[in-house]
Amino acid sequence: MGRALDGWLLAQTLRDPGGTVALGAEAWTALLAIARAEQMIGTLAWRLNGLTVPPSVARILVDARASAEQGRVAALWEAEAARRVLVPLGVRVVLLKGTAFVAAGLHAGQGRSIGDLDILVPRAALDAVEAALLEAGWEWVKPDPYDDAYYRQWMHELPPLIHRDRDRMIDVHHTILPLTTRITPDAGALLAEAVELKPGLWALSPNDMLVHAAAHLFADGDLAGGMRNLWDVHCLVAEFGTDGLAGRAAQHGLSHEVARALRLAAALYGEGARLTPADRLCLRRLTARDGWGRATRPFTRMAFYIRSHWLRMPPAMLARHLWTKWRKG
Amino acid sequence: MRHVFQVRIGPVGFRIGSDWRAPIAQLEALYAAYPKPVDGVPDFTVRLFAARPWRRIVRPAVMIGGDYVLPEAAPLPLAQGLLAAEMGMNLQMALGQRHFLLLHAAVVERDGQALILTGVSGAGKSTLAALLSLRGWRLMGDEFALLDPATGLLHAFPRLVSLKNASVATVAAEVPVDRLGPVLEGTPKGTIRHLVPDVAALAGMDVPAKPALILFPSFGYESATRDVAQSEVFVRLTQASTNYVAMGERGFDALTALVQGVPARAIDYPDTDGAIALVEAAWAAR
Repeated sequence: MGRALDGWLLAQTLRDPGGTVALGAEAWTALLAIARAEQMIGTLAWRLNGLTVPPSVARILVDARASAEQGRVAALWEAEAARRVLVPLGVRVVLLKGTAFVAAGLHAGQGRSIGDLDILVPRAALDAVEAALLEAGWEWVKPDPYDDAYYRQWMHELPPLIHRDRDRMIDVHHTILPLTTRITPDAGALLAEAVELKPGLWALSPNDMLVHAAAHLFADGDLAGGMRNLWDVHCLVAEFGTDGLAGRAAQHGLSHEVARALRLAAALYGEGARLTPADRLCLRRLTARDGWGRATRPFTRMAFYIRSHWLRMPPAMLARHLWTKWRKG
Repeated sequence: MRHVFQVRIGPVGFRIGSDWRAPIAQLEALYAAYPKPVDGVPDFTVRLFAARPWRRIVRPAVMIGGDYVLPEAAPLPLAQGLLAAEMGMNLQMALGQRHFLLLHAAVVERDGQALILTGVSGAGKSTLAALLSLRGWRLMGDEFALLDPATGLLHAFPRLVSLKNASVATVAAEVPVDRLGPVLEGTPKGTIRHLVPDVAALAGMDVPAKPALILFPSFGYESATRDVAQSEVFVRLTQASTNYVAMGERGFDALTALVQGVPARAIDYPDTDGAIALVEAAWAAR
């Protein structure tokens, strides 16, 4: 592990936890700071569980595991709260991302930090779902009329809602990519193939979980949080394999994105892969952290940020959007 | 980062990095007698940095970063860099601490038993804790009480005592000047001056204590003492805790045990002498 202190230190540790025997105090400190910055301290703590580490590190990891466990309990409770409100509507409520992983007891959910509750519902049920949530104590957090209108016209989700008592956010999706993106995933197929976890709560099929992770990473965002998303990919592939994945990705129009997610997950956490020059650029962005947990490589980051907007909107619309946002300051 | 300082305060190790030398030099001086983090691995990282490279030099403004951050924290002028470091450390504790249930409170100890002083900002926690530490009590901390859910014991967190406004002169009159930091004027909380805890506080840093009394002081009233019902104590302490919700069931169990096992009183006081007398009386009657 003679590497520089950047995101690769975290990736190599997750791939080969035994390698930590060679770490000194400075490298341990950097590893913990990077893991926290990438919101993977709980994942790291679980991965190192049972290994001999310095006592000070062991204490930090014990606390991180306890914290992740509490996060899991809170996430499941939030899902249950939504289920109770939405069951009467008789529509499929599909849990997405972290909440789905812990609800299904998947390896990807072990130690994972979970922020908002993300759910997918049929687009036709969107109005009823929103009304039911508002009735039950969720409130809008985007008071700006432009933002609100933008979400409703162009996004793949409702404007975020926060519950007034529990202070937890819910993102209600009707598909997995913004409507402005050039790619249109088959939202009906996502719902149709979903798996029921318990009465009233569903999760995407494993292949669709992988498609969703890849879509979020490479067709929508700027790779922020990408190390965590690719760890999800790595765990899902290890647990379910990739049978039928290529066909499913093609059905959603996301073949390139899924293939890239598999290559990058293998490069970071698995056996490695044949990488394209663009893959290497992605890895440069994904691992852009220093030993203080700071974001580094500002030009690479900016390039991916601009790319994310480019992917999300046609040029004329992007210009209009940036103009409106700029005028509002 | 360019300048680095590491320190251990009670059970918690910190690493503070800074774009400037000045705050680190002040920390080195004021925390000179403190130990370093166990194994050289700190629990938390704090970063003091310039928002833009040129802001290191032109109108230098200190941004506070670290493992855990608030999204919209305002920067402080470089002259208040020491305060920025202290705020950064407090922030890591408030947002990131998951081993102990944190109560926003001052704690002092005598005969192995701990007195918790908690209340709203300005109630006089830091001042009272500093004055009591000059009258035979061991200072365990002026900002956070660290309650261990596994044992029910309080752990010391004797960081620099943060004296504010009128209390600066009150306490400064009783301590040698080498235990005082620079006067920080015009901070978001007014004038601040830090007090280095005494030898007993540092020597006893690793010695926990059993909670024996909870007091809710209020400054600016005629002397009065009243009992506080357990239900009220519980609610006020959940509000005084920064991580009660995040601690989940462990936090609930720890707080319930504390509230049910330890008496609580509210004391109103007109001045410091009155406060000391009320604290001693309440302690004797616990």
